[in-house]
Amino acid sequence: MNVAGPNSVSSGEAGWLLVRRDLRLALRRPGEWLQPLMFFFVVTTLFPLSTDPQLSRLRDIAPGALWVAALLSCLLALELLFREDGQDGTLEQLAVSGLSLSWLLLAKCCVHWLLTGLPLVLAAPLVATALGAPYAAIPGILAALLLGSIALSLIGAVGAGLTLGLRRGGALLALLVLPLAVPVLIFGARATALAIALEPTSAPMYMLGAIVVLSATLAPLGAAAAVRISLE
Amino acid sequence: MLRGLSFGLEAGRCLQVSGANGAGKTSLLRALAGLLPLESGVVTWCGLDTREDHHTFHSNLAWLSHGPGLKGDLSAHENLRFSAGLRRVLDREQIDAALAKVGYANADQRLARHMSAGQQRRVALARVLLLDCPLWLLDEPTSNLDGRGQDMFGQILSAHLENGGLAVISTHQSLPLSADRVQALELS
Repeated sequence: MNVAGPNSVSSGEAGWLLVRRDLRLALRRPGEWLQPLMFFFVVTTLFPLSTDPQLSRLRDIAPGALWVAALLSCLLALELLFREDGQDGTLEQLAVSGLSLSWLLLAKCCVHWLLTGLPLVLAAPLVATALGAPYAAIPGILAALLLGSIALSLIGAVGAGLTLGLRRGGALLALLVLPLAVPVLIFGARATALAIALEPTSAPMYMLGAIVVLSATLAPLGAAAAVRISLE
Repeated sequence: MLRGLSFGLEAGRCLQVSGANGAGKTSLLRALAGLLPLESGVVTWCGLDTREDHHTFHSNLAWLSHGPGLKGDLSAHENLRFSAGLRRVLDREQIDAALAKVGYANADQRLARHMSAGQQRRVALARVLLLDCPLWLLDEPTSNLDGRGQDMFGQILSAHLENGGLAVISTHQSLPLSADRVQALELS
């Protein structure tokens, strides 16, 4: 028997293996991760149609429209984060794998962000332009959404872990995650508004960066604890 | 659910847990694996409380729950490479050998969701083999297996015990092992 022998796998290799597995599964089921992106597109393109199409008015609502749509898109995808692994028993295997469950869940959060957060960031220039944002504001909007979507994926993992065992946990998940996501929404929208006004965005960006660091530090631990409770 | 339960298991022996439905067989196995916290009492491995160093304990543990624990959209090879690969660096030959041992050598690129329940169980047992751990905790390992599958399980279990391994198995069926290998625990 080969326990912790020369062929044993490091945490980094195990995390990478999990990332590859989840990406492969996502490629075979594109509908699951395209749905939040489509939702983001639909909501942000409907906003200009429902309001006065004056450019100044559109620019006023752009930060709110962008961030509310991004937040709801992330929430839509959060339920998928651990649900299938919980149902098919693979989450139990991760819990007794002898590896740090926090680390493995962080790897899963990375995949979740790659599949749901990153597409929003990449779609943001198009959406922001449609909402009247000047081209010079695009880098600032991208940076804010990049940081915000990472934070939302990490924060959401704790809620997804807690609602894992519930049959219809979507509503409860939103209730758990929304209060924690409000700071991201506030600073993200503020950074976007400043970027559109072509003013310095460093203050809200620093706050978003701090939230990302805090989330990356605490959320995997919280998610692991929540998953262990849900598996009981 | 479980009170006054105490047992020990030596290398090369198997604990067969039996009892009526709802008697607590799965709960006992989950408690041993650390998936279910104990209200009181302790589980020790090599004399040490498993809660103190659960990473080491889990590194010695192969867990098979009631379900096969497979990803429906992955093939047998992919499932094994990703699940057993979390513990050990595996090559294709090792996976092929494990699948041959469980009688599923002809596993092609068919996705797990297209396999029969018995084939899924065989892949799950191949994962247990690939983990190469001394302690097996298996919940109804022969469910959905045909007669030949049950014989195959008896053979791999015997080989595991002869190599100094241990197993705690919840099952309603008698295990094809010599009496000196089996320790029975009936839950009521």
